[in-house]
Amino acid sequence: MFKYYGKTAPYLFLLPAAIVLIIFFFIPFFQTIVLSFQDYSSSIYHPGFAGLQNYLEILKNPIFYKVMINTIIYLVVAVPILAIIPLFLAILINQKIKGITLYKILIYLPVIVSIVVAAIAFKWLYAEQGILNYILNVLHLNSIGWLTDPKYAIYSVIIVTIWKGIGYYMMIYLAALMSVPKELYEACDIDGAGFFTKHLTVTVPHIMPTIALVTTISSISAMKIFAEIYVMTKGGPLNSTKTIVYYIYEKAFENLDLGYASAMAVILLIVVMIFSFINIFCFERGKYQL
Amino acid sequence: MSKFVNFLKSLKFKNLWVHAILIFVSVLSIFPFIWLLSTSLKGSSENIFAYPPTIIPKEFTWANYVGVWHRVDLMKYFINSMIVAGGTVLLNLILSSLAGYPLARMEFKGKKITFFAILATIMIPFQAIMLPVYLITLKLHLVDSVNDTLGYIGLIMPFAVSAFGIFLMRQAFLAIPREMEEAAIVDGCNVFQVFWKVLLPMVKPSLAVLAIFTFIGSWGEFLWPSIVLTKESMYTLPVGVNNLQGMFSSNWRYIAAGSIISTIPIIIFFLAMQKYFISGENEGAVKG
Repeated sequence: MFKYYGKTAPYLFLLPAAIVLIIFFFIPFFQTIVLSFQDYSSSIYHPGFAGLQNYLEILKNPIFYKVMINTIIYLVVAVPILAIIPLFLAILINQKIKGITLYKILIYLPVIVSIVVAAIAFKWLYAEQGILNYILNVLHLNSIGWLTDPKYAIYSVIIVTIWKGIGYYMMIYLAALMSVPKELYEACDIDGAGFFTKHLTVTVPHIMPTIALVTTISSISAMKIFAEIYVMTKGGPLNSTKTIVYYIYEKAFENLDLGYASAMAVILLIVVMIFSFINIFCFERGKYQL
Repeated sequence: MSKFVNFLKSLKFKNLWVHAILIFVSVLSIFPFIWLLSTSLKGSSENIFAYPPTIIPKEFTWANYVGVWHRVDLMKYFINSMIVAGGTVLLNLILSSLAGYPLARMEFKGKKITFFAILATIMIPFQAIMLPVYLITLKLHLVDSVNDTLGYIGLIMPFAVSAFGIFLMRQAFLAIPREMEEAAIVDGCNVFQVFWKVLLPMVKPSLAVLAIFTFIGSWGEFLWPSIVLTKESMYTLPVGVNNLQGMFSSNWRYIAAGSIISTIPIIIFFLAMQKYFISGENEGAVKG
């Protein structure tokens, strides 16, 4: 095809997006790194050069370790559940049965609704004399401090994240299930394989890339949790629900310790970028046509 | 009743447990809202902590809705959210399609670098760079303490374009046959006319997908507005709803009513656009 555009045309088309991405992504990205080597702890107006001091302090900070442990709990609990339950539901919904659209709508609803409203709704379920404690009492169990007991609070918050994510990952799986050849299932039916054998031998191997994709996406989201914490617990009780993003927020916007907050942000950046890199170059090549 | 029995008979027995599980999960999915709705409709003399809890209010009332509507300017929050989400959608449509076009169709110096630079932004989580983004927004005076218009712009700009949108549009342009452009060029169109008159109308379906998912993302955004906003009159719905907790500390009837009101617009939007969300074609478009 003949070239119908001038030399400058491609750049003119790219310019508006480039300006936004440079101002609001690339400059902040490098500024985060620069800030992490500065000392704002004595004065916010006259920062000094800190070298690695912020990083060393982070490594000495017991709250930071608590935050890391919370993040690991989040990953260990939420990620496997979000990889398995939505897959199971997608398999169930991917059949010719009545009411599928209604099921999809209802299960997808939590994805659409604002996380703030979701967190408030759960806070109400978790109330001291709330309905969940009532259910526990009916089952002859003692009431628990869902959001007030450091032992349970993080799990109560994780439940909200899982509840809000199930429909989202179910739809990803549903799309993947469409690509599984029907003949394979027919072969299974002839062999008389049961539900679980059929899906463990045909479905799971076939959509392994999607399972891996869901695992990395949900890991990345787990590391970015903020709103649930902000609305429900503010990181408490006793830092038991403090996540890395919430801690960065607190350090940056409440304590105004910009250097310290940025050093933690750099740590978050590195971890998330590793996961995203794997994601893009292993599982999403098609999406970006690499 | 007989209708119900017929319905049960019409279900194949082997599907019964499938329905049982799906009904169970569906109920779990909406129960938190049902319980919030129930609380919001209970009158002041009904104990909302009653054991056993009652789902259907004994003393049904709209009073909490009227009360919260009078004390909190939910309409203003709604308008703010509309302005911010609307602006974000509009800019995403324009900037993403502009940027997607040369990436799909043109050869130019630095194309590969541009491509990977945009891809790299996917890997940078906003949460990690939010502090410098805030400092830059302050420097540019895009905050509500200067004036409302600049405040709206500050809420919109960091999300005015996304790599997701650019790649979505690039893919849409890639799918258009080249003959379309050639014909337009022969007819005497320049490159901008080709883009505007020939290509853009052909990628409408992708623009719709981008608009819908950008809207949902922007509508629910909480972190950024809660960092930049200083004035209550500028609150978007998520920030305003979170603020209900502070305003009515233990008045759960009001908090519940306010939360339910704030959710109605997005549920209507979802039901109207449901095919985009649950058809399985646009999987993974909303950010997780």
